[in-house]
Amino acid sequence: MNTSITNKRNKIHAQKFALWAAMASISMMFAAFLSAYIVKQASGNWLEFSMPITFFVSTILVLLVSLSLHVTKGYLRNSSAKYYKAGVVISLILAILFIISQYVSWNTLVERGVDLKGNVSGSFLYLITGIHVLHVLGGIVALMISAVYAFFFPFDNSAGKSQKFDLVVNYWHFVDGLWIVLFLFLMFYK
Amino acid sequence: MANITVHEDDVLIKDQGFDDHFHEHHHGDKYQTNFIFHYIFSMDHKIIARQFLITGMIWAIIGAAMSVIFRMQLGFPEESLTWIKPLLGKWIEVDPTTGIGKLVPEFYYALVTMHGTIIVFFVLTAGLSGTFSNLLIPLQLGARDMASPFLNMLSYWFFFLAGIIMFYSLFLSTGPFSGGWVAYPPLSALPQASSGSGTGMTLWLVSLTLFVVSVLLGGINYITTVLNLRTKGMTLWRMPLTIWAFFVTAILGLLSFPVLASGFFMLIFDRSLGTSFFLSEIFIEGQALDRVGGSPILFQHLFWFLGHPEVYIIILPAMGLVSEVLSVHARKPIFGYRAMVYSIMAIGFLSFIVWAHHMFMSGVNPFLSNFFVVFTLIIAVPSAVKVFNWITTLYGGNLRLNTPMLFAIGFVSMFISGGLTGIFLGNSAIDIQLHDTYFVVAHFHIVMGVAAFFGMFAGVYHWYPKMYGRFMNETLGKIHFWGTMISAYAIFWPMHYLGMAGVPRRYFSFESFDAFRHFTDMNKFITVFAIIAFAVQLVFVINFFYSIWYGKKMKSKNPWGATTLEWTTPIEPIHGNWPGNLPVVHRWPYDFSKDEREFVQQHVPLREGEVGDH
Repeated sequence: MNTSITNKRNKIHAQKFALWAAMASISMMFAAFLSAYIVKQASGNWLEFSMPITFFVSTILVLLVSLSLHVTKGYLRNSSAKYYKAGVVISLILAILFIISQYVSWNTLVERGVDLKGNVSGSFLYLITGIHVLHVLGGIVALMISAVYAFFFPFDNSAGKSQKFDLVVNYWHFVDGLWIVLFLFLMFYK
Repeated sequence: MANITVHEDDVLIKDQGFDDHFHEHHHGDKYQTNFIFHYIFSMDHKIIARQFLITGMIWAIIGAAMSVIFRMQLGFPEESLTWIKPLLGKWIEVDPTTGIGKLVPEFYYALVTMHGTIIVFFVLTAGLSGTFSNLLIPLQLGARDMASPFLNMLSYWFFFLAGIIMFYSLFLSTGPFSGGWVAYPPLSALPQASSGSGTGMTLWLVSLTLFVVSVLLGGINYITTVLNLRTKGMTLWRMPLTIWAFFVTAILGLLSFPVLASGFFMLIFDRSLGTSFFLSEIFIEGQALDRVGGSPILFQHLFWFLGHPEVYIIILPAMGLVSEVLSVHARKPIFGYRAMVYSIMAIGFLSFIVWAHHMFMSGVNPFLSNFFVVFTLIIAVPSAVKVFNWITTLYGGNLRLNTPMLFAIGFVSMFISGGLTGIFLGNSAIDIQLHDTYFVVAHFHIVMGVAAFFGMFAGVYHWYPKMYGRFMNETLGKIHFWGTMISAYAIFWPMHYLGMAGVPRRYFSFESFDAFRHFTDMNKFITVFAIIAFAVQLVFVINFFYSIWYGKKMKSKNPWGATTLEWTTPIEPIHGNWPGNLPVVHRWPYDFSKDEREFVQQHVPLREGEVGDH
């Protein structure tokens, strides 16, 4: 055998890497929205409004989702099937509450006279939070699939299955972090 | 030691290859079992590559036929077009007294728009990068397949769906979108702006959004495969230049297409939900629109942030293919391998910070334009490095002037001619005169249209044996090359003169302009060659399909004497690419004329004292 082969391949998990690539791609899309926001705001005719309180609730909810999923991941690793199932369900409920809090916030804004068709600052808010919610819905679908596996299939924390759940958790951390960035931006960028 | 024969080759991989236990599981079976899963919903990268290629060819014929029709209008506005009425229907208006049929101006715009959209996205993005990334990434890296064959299949089917929707839009009674392939608002944002801005534009948006999804799925896969699935010994610095090009292309696509998607989402909001991101103070039939405060320039920024990297998404794969083809058929190592890689990276990086050079005349701050001028001109540096290296690779080579090689050399020629005019257009001051004239049309058609097609043809002729186990006909290939080469220059060279004289692009007719009257014959000349160019492409199509069944059979595994791994796979392609072990790589991909050996394949072990990297 030849001995000159010293360069070992870097083993990054292929699916995990693909998820990172997808995150980069999604980030670029939101970066484009935010730059459009900055440019548009600089050109004037920009309505200022305060954020509804329910957006703060959303922020707490995403932090809880991330925390809950992180803990749940630990239960999966430690083979605590019962806690794992509970964790998945709690995360799912928190995630759905997030969507509801977003919906309530939109309604509050409309009541205050900030609607989609009015000033472009409002349009941007609905656009950015709306597209973000679409990404959260994607995460909810993934979490529902995890729930189906948790409840209707035998408990399995083999490397393959754990890694799949890891992907779901990582995606959720991403959309949660994204929300915090977006929220801080919308609130403080003046 | 003589050249490695087919037999020794197998033994080498069997003895020294890397066993990944692939064939112990029978996951290949589901691909092979029936027609539907083998040829249609296939997850095998080699089949998907062919699907991309053939779909791209169909679109290329449609897109090119459109250009012939509008060239007829430009070259021979007096002639009757009644004979294509059966095809175009109401878009040809026949004068009842004289019987002369005229192209309807709205449809002329639709044709120009669709020609651009189809060729840029469906042919030169999906058809070029989709085909060769799929075919070559796993084969040249020594991988069994893509990182996710399923996403790969989805990538093709999203593209297919995008194509179906775009095709459907061609048959709308209001016509397809006609506001230019760049889809600037307000023509794209107001459904009432023109007949194609209604349903035509809606379908255009849906189609291209699906297309973005396809590109992203493909791109994620290509990047992941390159980083994770290289065989043993295949370090990044031992990857063929094709792979480097596809890799950087995929990164560009992954980072720039989402920005286009953002622009599309905002456009969809403006069209359907009444927002005014891009619309402002517009009067329609005396009535003020209720949209205020939008900026059409904003869309241009978002569009060109994709749009500029997009031209490199088109040209980089062609550059990669050409580097490989030139080196193999010149029987010489590529000159300056590392410089080539760094140039690809530099071009990729710079492509993100030059987008506003498409907008010098859109009313952006002239001071800001200066930065974009400087960055644009800097792109000339890595491009010139690449051109220099291609020419130096050819210099003193043992050239085989077969069809792939001719197209590769033709690519270099086109890239130089078109690249030089880019230096003119990159200057914001000169752009005041040249902007939106035929000079621009000539520039981008040569540098990214014809050149990218040449790269693609070089690739198709070169890797055809790998795809179909047969060769394409050489004589027809040479007719195809010389016909295309001559007519491409005959079409686009004169356009520079038109442009310098200020003839604007996108005009339906110049009959009412005295200043452009003396160009009538030049326009006729261009149109005649456009028709010849189209006819010559049909020779290629016939050659392609004829050779699938009746071409000369490939007798040995490595007919070109190439060094890369795809030529170590069996002639009859199999699922998993290699029957037993995976080849292990010991050297860089350009060991031609080394020591006393004519070429050394990448999986051949190093001799005592030999160096594998360069």
